Amino acid sequence: MRMMAKRIVVDPVTRIEGHLRIEADVQNGQIVDAFSAGTMVRGIEIILKGRDPRDAWAFTERVCGVCTTVHALASVRTVENALGILIPANAELVRNLMFCAHYLQDHVVHFYILHALDWVDVVDSLKADPAEASRIARSLSDWPRNSTNYFKTVQNRIKTFVERGQLGIFANAYWGHPAYNLPPEVNLIGVAHYLEALEWQKEIVKVHAVFGGKNPHPHYLVGGAPCAVDPENAMALNAERLALVGKLIDDALQFVEQVYIPDLLAVASFYKDWAAIGGGLRNYLAYGDLPTQGYNDPLSFKFPRGAVLDRNLNEVHELSGSDPDQVREFVSHSWYNYSSGDDQSLHPWEGETHLNYTGPQPPYENLNVEGKYSWLKTPRWKGYPMEVGPLARLVVAYAAGQQEVREAVDGALSKLGVPLTALFSTLGRTAARGLETRLIAHWMKEFYDTLIKNIKNGDTRMFNPEKWDPDTWPQEARGVGLSEAPRGALAHWIIIKDGKIDNYQLVVPTTWNGSPRDARGQMSAYEASLLGTPVADPEKPLEILRTVHSFDPCIACAVHLYDPEGKQLHQVKFY
Amino acid sequence: MGKKPLTIWEQAQAQGYSRRDFLRYCAYLSASLGLGASGTAPLARALENKPRPPILWFHFQECTCCSESFIKSSHPIVADIVLDKISLEYSEVLQAAAGVQSEEALHQAMEKYHGEYIMTVEGSVPTKDGGIYCTIAGRTALDIVKEAAQGAKAVIAWGSCASNGCVQSAAPNPTSATPIHKILRNVVNVPGCPPIADVMSGVIVHLLAFERLPQLDSQGRPKAFYSTRVHDSCYRRPYYDAGLFVESFDDDNAKKGYCLYKMGCRGPTTYNSCGIIRWNERVSYPIQSGTPCIGCSESGYFDNDPLYNRLPSFPGFGIQTTAETIGTYLAAAAGGGIAIHAILTNIRKRRIIKAELEKSLNDKDIEDANDERGCE
Repeated sequence: MRMMAKRIVVDPVTRIEGHLRIEADVQNGQIVDAFSAGTMVRGIEIILKGRDPRDAWAFTERVCGVCTTVHALASVRTVENALGILIPANAELVRNLMFCAHYLQDHVVHFYILHALDWVDVVDSLKADPAEASRIARSLSDWPRNSTNYFKTVQNRIKTFVERGQLGIFANAYWGHPAYNLPPEVNLIGVAHYLEALEWQKEIVKVHAVFGGKNPHPHYLVGGAPCAVDPENAMALNAERLALVGKLIDDALQFVEQVYIPDLLAVASFYKDWAAIGGGLRNYLAYGDLPTQGYNDPLSFKFPRGAVLDRNLNEVHELSGSDPDQVREFVSHSWYNYSSGDDQSLHPWEGETHLNYTGPQPPYENLNVEGKYSWLKTPRWKGYPMEVGPLARLVVAYAAGQQEVREAVDGALSKLGVPLTALFSTLGRTAARGLETRLIAHWMKEFYDTLIKNIKNGDTRMFNPEKWDPDTWPQEARGVGLSEAPRGALAHWIIIKDGKIDNYQLVVPTTWNGSPRDARGQMSAYEASLLGTPVADPEKPLEILRTVHSFDPCIACAVHLYDPEGKQLHQVKFY
Repeated sequence: MGKKPLTIWEQAQAQGYSRRDFLRYCAYLSASLGLGASGTAPLARALENKPRPPILWFHFQECTCCSESFIKSSHPIVADIVLDKISLEYSEVLQAAAGVQSEEALHQAMEKYHGEYIMTVEGSVPTKDGGIYCTIAGRTALDIVKEAAQGAKAVIAWGSCASNGCVQSAAPNPTSATPIHKILRNVVNVPGCPPIADVMSGVIVHLLAFERLPQLDSQGRPKAFYSTRVHDSCYRRPYYDAGLFVESFDDDNAKKGYCLYKMGCRGPTTYNSCGIIRWNERVSYPIQSGTPCIGCSESGYFDNDPLYNRLPSFPGFGIQTTAETIGTYLAAAAGGGIAIHAILTNIRKRRIIKAELEKSLNDKDIEDANDERGCE
């Protein structure tokens, strides 16, 4: 059977962060086997050794600029967890606001800039009747830019591109592919909002500039947030700055409600067949996030913590980052060795990294997928492969009975007229991202109101200085910081000795989703979800992009960590 | 093809921008490029008549923060300039095509626009072990850089990764992450993690308007944006001069906006425009938000740690010394080239010296690449 299949390669997978390669076997128009490989490595984990733990946020933030902030947040939590530092309520709120701002920007950019072109045919939009596009747009939402003239202008803009033959970023794509289903008018609306989203996304991140000085890569602080508050001082975080944040949130809410969600539902209604494709794994994991009573009280999180196995929404399993039997990593199909044997797995606190590149020498045509084939390690939870990300967050929250999430999910499903099982699909993943974006925009407003109330009541504390000085630290400490990045469950682990980092490990969302097989041959989420995906034209595998993009891959995150020299961490000398 | 490509001004018109908008944009650019008011007219003339230049944007060892910054260019028309005034022929982040089709687009563009395209690079290139630590479509980053450089009219290294190696080149630089200027000659370095969006678009516009590189300093950085220390343009500078410092985050002095020097601020050793242009449509920059500059545009900044330790590394530099003293040392360093600069600014840091040595490529690689590109 395998011999009859045709091996197709997508490398580079574009419109993602980083360097991802997919090899897939197609037979009778369907994918029968798939392999996901990360092809770039930097070694940031090893670089962290011997550094000041308070600096780790700055190093790890550079793991990814698309997921900027998420590693910084996980890192400060990890160090605070190790040292027993509690941060003031306002600092938690500021972190939540930065978290929400990042989700809003990142999810909108993903939907329009990275994912939409898998569903929206740019060239086909030239056939659209702008008046009809305007009528449809008005029927979908109150967004002000919806006139016939507006859509005509957008159409002319694309026309110029096409006629002059300088298509730029739209060149040589799969336009006209039979898997594109939208009417020309909806394509035109999609293109118009692609361009609007590009302009809009730079607004919401100003929240990062206010609290952290810049975006990408705003500054974080172990023990709190660096922005001192004084409502009446021009040199501090004052009333003017806070008003700006309030306005940015209101504008974001409007964009999400009037553009993103209506577009998502409109596009989804033409691709309902994709609610039965790309489901992949049956297990979902979320560390949860957005504390309302402090990070140490997971029950107060807006996104609950837990694991769901075999799509059983009646049971949520408890999660722990410090339990050595829960999160463990394999290297059976990754370019590394373990001293205890490549079939073994290790908890991140004991993480080992010995390089063993056994791939073909470049330039190469195909990877040896029977052996090792990726720079990503393979994490498992109690031995199970788990999907992480927006869908996992909603599934866990739904199973945990989070009321707001239940209402959002049920509402969208009934609007589309599809059953709950439609969630477990490529379309479900893409829809889940939109649904949580809307929730987050509303939650952001709540966090903002609480922050204002606290400041009004005279509480301006942003930082806990008690354990800033390394002299106050124990000789040895270990910590774990859990978070939810837009792409899914994110955790950092640290061991601090004599005031310095002795070991630092990251297990990130795309490592969960995009990793190669484990020792038992179990697939991770990308590979599993590609099985059964139809491929109309193996020369133009648009369908592979749809499913892989539904995860929003971030490969820089996934392969930040390893030491290609294969040295054991404790053997490395800096001085 | 056939028809003549649209000029930038024609493009702007097609999108409904008025002449007034256009000129305002030119004035803004002229100011940010350091050309002053007299620069506006030539800039406008150039943008009216120039066709969109093709740009090939490569990603190697990086985190994509440069691309994320680039799409946050602040002047309203800038996002348009960078998306349809230039013609982005290859960009793994933005392009619609993938796999075979994206590589096809790349090779077609390299052929069609040979000698004309601008090559921009985000990320460092790992040179250890034959470059196996970064491959795209089965080829190493090193191969791709050398090939693409042959037909490039100009090479821009975006961000600290491509300009100085950034975090992955910090000791012990496990993959021999190498900045582009150590592989190719005549590279414009636009450091920063990431560079400020308006600096990026400013550099591009300068290239397309005047068809030549902007004036560069000894480290290959455009002088317009990298000739001033963050310290010199800092609005908190009077507090430094007056000896008024934040002693602990969130203390009373922090609320008053005193100087962050004692919290580790790298402003005195960092050449960048953060204090002038600021970030995200001038909303803020790190110091304004109460957090010290970490010097992210300087070579080896991650080995000049711990980040919260106040700068102690300069001979004779203490709190009693003025910033001008530091400037003298730095000027000497800049004249002496990157390695000396890095060593001097990190005089007590042996590991950066080691890292710098490790970063050096073997000469043959450099010669090969530059011969192919026709560099002397």
